[in-house]
Amino acid sequence: MIVWFAGENPVQVLKILVRGAFGSRYDLGMTLFYSTPLIFTGLSVAVVFRAGMFNVGAEGQLAVGALAAAAVGMLFPGCPSIVAIPCACIAACIAGGVWGAIPGWLRARRGSHEVINTIMFNFIAAGLCSYLALHPLRNRLSQNPETSEIASQFKLTPFPFFDGAPVGWGLLLALVVATLVWVFLWKSVTGFEWRAVGRNEDAARVAGIDVERSRILAFSLAGALAGMVGIAEVLGNSGRFRVGFSPEYGFIGIAVALLGRNHPLGVVVAALLFGALHKGASELDMESERVTRELSLIFQGLIILCVSVEGFANASLLPGIFKRRTVEGG
Amino acid sequence: MEAAGGDYSVFVLLDELGASTLRVSTPLVFAALGGLYSERAGVVNIALEGMMLVGAFGAAATTLSTHNPWLGGAVGLASGMALAAIYGLFVIPLRANQVVAGTAINILAMGITPFLCKILYHVTSSTPSIPLTERFQFFPVLAAWVAVLLTWMILQRTPGGLWLRFAGENPHALDAAGIPVNPVRWVAVLASGALAGLGGATLSIFLSSSFSRNMTAGRGFMALAALIFGKWRPLHAAGACLLFGFFEAAQIRLQGFSSLGGWSVPAEFVQVLPYVFTVLILAGFAGQTGTPRALGKPFSR
Repeated sequence: MIVWFAGENPVQVLKILVRGAFGSRYDLGMTLFYSTPLIFTGLSVAVVFRAGMFNVGAEGQLAVGALAAAAVGMLFPGCPSIVAIPCACIAACIAGGVWGAIPGWLRARRGSHEVINTIMFNFIAAGLCSYLALHPLRNRLSQNPETSEIASQFKLTPFPFFDGAPVGWGLLLALVVATLVWVFLWKSVTGFEWRAVGRNEDAARVAGIDVERSRILAFSLAGALAGMVGIAEVLGNSGRFRVGFSPEYGFIGIAVALLGRNHPLGVVVAALLFGALHKGASELDMESERVTRELSLIFQGLIILCVSVEGFANASLLPGIFKRRTVEGG
Repeated sequence: MEAAGGDYSVFVLLDELGASTLRVSTPLVFAALGGLYSERAGVVNIALEGMMLVGAFGAAATTLSTHNPWLGGAVGLASGMALAAIYGLFVIPLRANQVVAGTAINILAMGITPFLCKILYHVTSSTPSIPLTERFQFFPVLAAWVAVLLTWMILQRTPGGLWLRFAGENPHALDAAGIPVNPVRWVAVLASGALAGLGGATLSIFLSSSFSRNMTAGRGFMALAALIFGKWRPLHAAGACLLFGFFEAAQIRLQGFSSLGGWSVPAEFVQVLPYVFTVLILAGFAGQTGTPRALGKPFSR
């Protein structure tokens, strides 16, 4: 309907969307390439949701993580290849984790609203990263705002199946991490504590759970998960930190988490869907006169709105979704 | 720039800083008042940012086609209100989670403005610029402060204001008194959208010369921070907006200087000052006192 309003044929647009997303091995690869960061950011948002809070800061966390990965790759060219990739990965996780922990700490200890703080930290991260990428780490050989290239032993090789689309170990890592998050949230004591805090803060406190500590840790893990986008992007694709590389993966992650019911498996499925939507929509930019990729943002907004209501249809509050899930998941 | 030497220029600088503080805090004042209506009535309004964004776009597009900033302002107001109506629909009768629905509204606004911009002007990044003569010069500043006083009077001196405060503090008591809660909240949310839309309009047809993509740049959230800092009271919140405005004005001024006292300041660091300041304010002063007690809780008998 929105498309029709813009004066284009909706069927035509849908065709472009589908062909753009799945038309060839390369297109499919690009869809998976876009899905990979969305799995990370979706998990990041979902973990914090489970702990009863809202992470709008994945965008900043992933930028800091990507910059850290690029910095390690650039600054230690002599690093032996066996430890090179793990080092860069750990750097990305730690940087993202610290960036996530600060709003978590502010929420837990100072009571300031995590939504406002994470938004502010997105802007601060953008400023910090563009400073570091443009001054100390600048690529002198390039006109683009980006860091120099990382040393070759840091790079992940893409799978040849996708005709050159940069899909590789990053996607596998995302799937492994999603499984680990599931195991952690449902099979570990700490995971149980976090979910308890998310469902009923007071009850959790009475039961002797350190609510503040859970909050800070949940946000740190979320930051680390978002930081892993840096691994897929820097080590698996561009080989450098490019200012503004992320087409708002952090915000799409919110839609991914909500549509995926804050469950790791749901997140993976939703990430694939949004990856396809994103790839298809960027095709629209080229093939259609009047309909642009912003269409995918509009879809996201509408999807989140609908999901936010459906949660209430099932139970009374958002944690109601959690209640249902915990009964199922044990 | 080496112009900052000598006493004379310091005074000029302060004078300019004062005037520009007033100017740049205008959108914040409008948006914070918008947030105030909604939140005092018990509805969290994370969606201020999105309402400002559509307000900015509506105002710019209308001014461009009619050459009349008054009409532009009116359409900006109406656009904010229209988005608020969608938000209200989801959070009042449908009782959606307010923070999640608010974020959805923001994302929707982020998508819909460049989408419409492309349809109308064939570019997604910004509208064509509006000539100076068709933009407001000082009036919005005045209007913002009149709105502050009016809001204070409405809240403290009228029955409607009392209902509004009760809808946020103790909706069941209001209901028991025979005043339906949800219509009160509807009016509050619509007023909120109207004011946020106006705030957005001041961005595009007063402070700058066009609408550009995501031009609100977090101002909706800063307005919320100012509201929290001002403990949900109109005069205090407006004062907090001035403080935020001062930091923004200082940030704009500082960009002109490559060094301060021989210590060079990278432009990126200066740009993030208002955001850092927001975080500090929230961390330092966000007490739980003054928060409307039923904030964020959907009402049902």
